[in-house]
Amino acid sequence: MNIIVCVKQVPDTEAVLQVKDGKTINEEGIKWIVNPYDEYAVEEALKQKEKIPGSTVTVITLGPNRAESALRTGLAMGAQNAVHIETDELTDHKTTAKALANAIKQEDPGIVFMGKQAIDDDSYLTHVYLAEYLEAPVATNVLGFNYEEDKVTVEREIDEGAREKIEMQIPCIVAATKGLNEPRYPSLMGIMKAKKIPIKKLTLADVGISEVNNKIRTEKLYSLPEKPEGKVIEDEPETAVKTLVKLLKEEAKVL
Amino acid sequence: MANIGVYIELKDDQFKKSNKEALSAAKKTGKDVYAVLFSNNPDQYADQLKGITKVICVKGDDLTYDPTVYGDTLAAIITQFELKDFLGIHSAQGKDLFPRVAAKIENATLLGDCVCFDLENNTFTKPVYAGKLLSDFVIEDEYRMLTLRPNVFPVEEGGADTPEIVDFEPVKKEAKGKIVEVVKGQSKRVDLTEAEIIVSGGRGIKSKENFSILEELADVLGAGLGASRAAVDAEYATYDMQVGQTGKVVNPKLYIACGISGAIQHFVGMKTSKVIVAINKDSEAPIFKKADYGIVGDLFKIVPLLTEELKKNQ
Repeated sequence: MNIIVCVKQVPDTEAVLQVKDGKTINEEGIKWIVNPYDEYAVEEALKQKEKIPGSTVTVITLGPNRAESALRTGLAMGAQNAVHIETDELTDHKTTAKALANAIKQEDPGIVFMGKQAIDDDSYLTHVYLAEYLEAPVATNVLGFNYEEDKVTVEREIDEGAREKIEMQIPCIVAATKGLNEPRYPSLMGIMKAKKIPIKKLTLADVGISEVNNKIRTEKLYSLPEKPEGKVIEDEPETAVKTLVKLLKEEAKVL
Repeated sequence: MANIGVYIELKDDQFKKSNKEALSAAKKTGKDVYAVLFSNNPDQYADQLKGITKVICVKGDDLTYDPTVYGDTLAAIITQFELKDFLGIHSAQGKDLFPRVAAKIENATLLGDCVCFDLENNTFTKPVYAGKLLSDFVIEDEYRMLTLRPNVFPVEEGGADTPEIVDFEPVKKEAKGKIVEVVKGQSKRVDLTEAEIIVSGGRGIKSKENFSILEELADVLGAGLGASRAAVDAEYATYDMQVGQTGKVVNPKLYIACGISGAIQHFVGMKTSKVIVAINKDSEAPIFKKADYGIVGDLFKIVPLLTEELKKNQ
């Protein structure tokens, strides 16, 4: 089985972001990482590969040239193949999902893993759209995964604290969340090996997108004004607590 | 003029405050408002649904939330009634359900976590990078769908007219996935994303058991209970409690951070809280730069004192 993992390259969670040209972020000095939720997806794919004889793991991404390093991370963790739909154009979620779906169709997909959300635009869309274009079932917020006798069983969070178990036929899309597993770190040997693996490069045209026709686009990107510095109450605990309650009631009026 | 639709999310038959926010925002547009809800007994919500045009009520034997059935049904309603703009809540269910609806309708674009919108000028604002930045979007599609961030849009009473109620059958297609088991959530607390007050613990809480002092404070305040990534990674708290860039983004009127240092990835998840209170023994902790009120001291002393003081004041 070819196990597919979709990954996205995003700025590091600790990155301080600045706006450039009013529409994009200033990429200078930014450390790029694999979207944290996609790391759970890579890990789960590798775990299944170890269990399913003859299976392979293919990581796939859509993005500019720099996104190749996200694929290298996936390869260093243990994936065998990588596909890069390379473009400098920004694509909205439906366009991205269509491109991914067409690229994945070329790979004879089994289980498709990805994160439930990317931490840059914080949407929860691509995996659901991808499922639609692949005409495959999808499970989001997945915390537990099992594969037996051609059948996938997942446990997922549906509402605050509520869980649901779903059975799915293959191919299917599994969108991972934190708690599914502990992603491994790439080993030094893995990193060395990954450097030598050729990456399959595709253009948007190769995956059926001859022209990008985004239905949603950023018009303006900006930061919020900083809050003024607050008050630190310096006193004995008993008095400080009394002062705090008074301030919350009378000044902030939130109690 | 085109109509605007609002999906009413019921939780254990309760009409959430966030539904009122979405209805108020819809009424403000001046369009005819259609509310969609899944209930066999819509009359119980008559008061909350006053002042709108139509209620589309989905009725059936089993209305337990199922994303496929709900998604297919909403997609059918939106296209049939031509609800060109359609609103929901950016709650756990909204995040699960709305993408499925948008996927089903070819000419639909969904924007999640919307904090401000102007239909006429086609401007939709949403925080990105967990709120480090804000982005104004333009949507050029036949159907525009939004999930609204809770606690942002004001609730306004208005209108006395009783809407017409239209019944609708749930759409049940052959499912590609089969639900084999549903476990209901145990927590009696409010959803974090919709909570008005949140008490949150970080690494400084030191153990899972110690979270009980935060629970007592949360009980007095009727608050949700959150945690930092450090506390979740140390297994003092569960992931559904995590606030931050890789957890939940929250927006309460009061956020009490206990033993949380204030790393940027946590801060961005709660920075839009109206008032932030920090309790931490390290006076150099970055959280004090971001809090409206801070107490430097031992949280194991201060939190119980605070609980007592609030009990006295009730």
